[in-house]
Amino acid sequence: MATQNLCTVERRGRVHLITLTGAGEHRLNPALLSAIRSAVAASAGAGALVLAAEGKYFSNGFDQAWASTAPRHLQATMGGEFRGLVADLLALPMPTVAAVTGHAAAAGCGLVLAHDAVIMRGSRGFLYMSEVDAGLKLVDFFAEVFREKVPDAVNRRDLLLRGDRMAAPEAVRRGIVDKAVDGGVEDVVNAAVAEAEKLAARGWDGEVVAEIRKAAWPNLWSKVKDYGADAPAAAARPRL
Amino acid sequence: MATGDLCTVERRGRVHLITLTGAGEHRLNPALISAIRSAVAAARASPGAGALVMAAEGKFFCNGYDLAWARGDPSGRIAAVRAALRGLVADLLALPMPTVAAVTGHAAAAGCGLALAHDTVVMRASRGFLYMGEVDAGIKIIDYFGELLRQKVPDAATRRDLVMKGEKMTAAEAVRRGIVDLAVDGGVDDVVAAAVTIAEGLAARGWDGEIVAEIRKAAWPELWSKVKDYGCDAPSRPRL
Repeated sequence: MATQNLCTVERRGRVHLITLTGAGEHRLNPALLSAIRSAVAASAGAGALVLAAEGKYFSNGFDQAWASTAPRHLQATMGGEFRGLVADLLALPMPTVAAVTGHAAAAGCGLVLAHDAVIMRGSRGFLYMSEVDAGLKLVDFFAEVFREKVPDAVNRRDLLLRGDRMAAPEAVRRGIVDKAVDGGVEDVVNAAVAEAEKLAARGWDGEVVAEIRKAAWPNLWSKVKDYGADAPAAAARPRL
Repeated sequence: MATGDLCTVERRGRVHLITLTGAGEHRLNPALISAIRSAVAAARASPGAGALVMAAEGKFFCNGYDLAWARGDPSGRIAAVRAALRGLVADLLALPMPTVAAVTGHAAAAGCGLALAHDTVVMRASRGFLYMGEVDAGIKIIDYFGELLRQKVPDAATRRDLVMKGEKMTAAEAVRRGIVDLAVDGGVDDVVAAAVTIAEGLAARGWDGEIVAEIRKAAWPELWSKVKDYGCDAPSRPRL
């Protein structure tokens, strides 16, 4: 899996735009997660970050096909990498915007919600917490993403316990998504970049943004912080 | 107090329907709660059961704790019935199938809490209200009960109106405020029929019951943590 084909990175003004490339489902496996984390780390110096995708899918969740053939310790790596990506996004010293250009399911939906702002394609694609239909448990911090970002009990119930597929207009109405954008993938990306540029133009101190974000979602932060790029290295952890 | 007269249990298709019997207030005391918990356990064990509905006969769904009985030994009995309800809430949260409360009549105080402990709530439109009467009756709301309200009534203004003002909320108002999913016209039987229909629809999704229970616990983790040691699955507590 050549990392350079997994995502691209570009600067548009003050905005650091990461795009998951290709027409596939952008399933999250260690290689893609690692590529995204590298792309996030490369945002140093930018004023805001946008995460988008090409094609019909934003991300359809974990790469279950890969996981079913991978040895157990590598599967744990996939979960750890995802947790690390969420930590990196929460600790990022700039505002973050998810450009939900297509379907976002399970871990893909969680990844969307880990951003400060969510812009979603109006005419196509839905948010879908597929775990209940697929017979999968929720990882603990996943549920925490939901609890903090989807505080309304009915919305949480409908997404998690009913597996409702939620299109953009419904998601905006319910307060889960900030804005629905008409048109195609490019229009969604442009709208997300415009929103990110507006946030970057506020000229906020990035470290303060990161600290305020961690304070706003403290339970989520506490569950992921040991996995982030800034976490004390594993070697530093005392061994008995 | 013969448990046989306290609630009935029947199967309607894949739905396990528990009905609190009689024309009285269905006040919660250890005997009634024990009967309800037995019925819930029976639903859990019932082969092919896909969903649970809790309903009641008469003018009341449940009018709260049996305060008349509790007066016999105020400190001891109130503590006992609170602990018993805590166990019932734990059993409902851990139940491996979707749950629907059919609020066929007035639901007050602990009775209101019991309704909210279900995944979905349908309520009779023309009669009956939700009423957190504790403030009027001079009864405290203890930790897990407060947590239940915080999780299921996250809107601060609604929670304030219910709990701090003792507002009596009709079905229409409760639907508008997002506490109740559906207001049903007609009589008790119509409400029960609507609840059973919804429950049958949820059962038809064919979800893995254990997954439903795990996702529910992950969706309401603070509430679960406050009640889990009292449920039927809790390991027997070590005695010093």
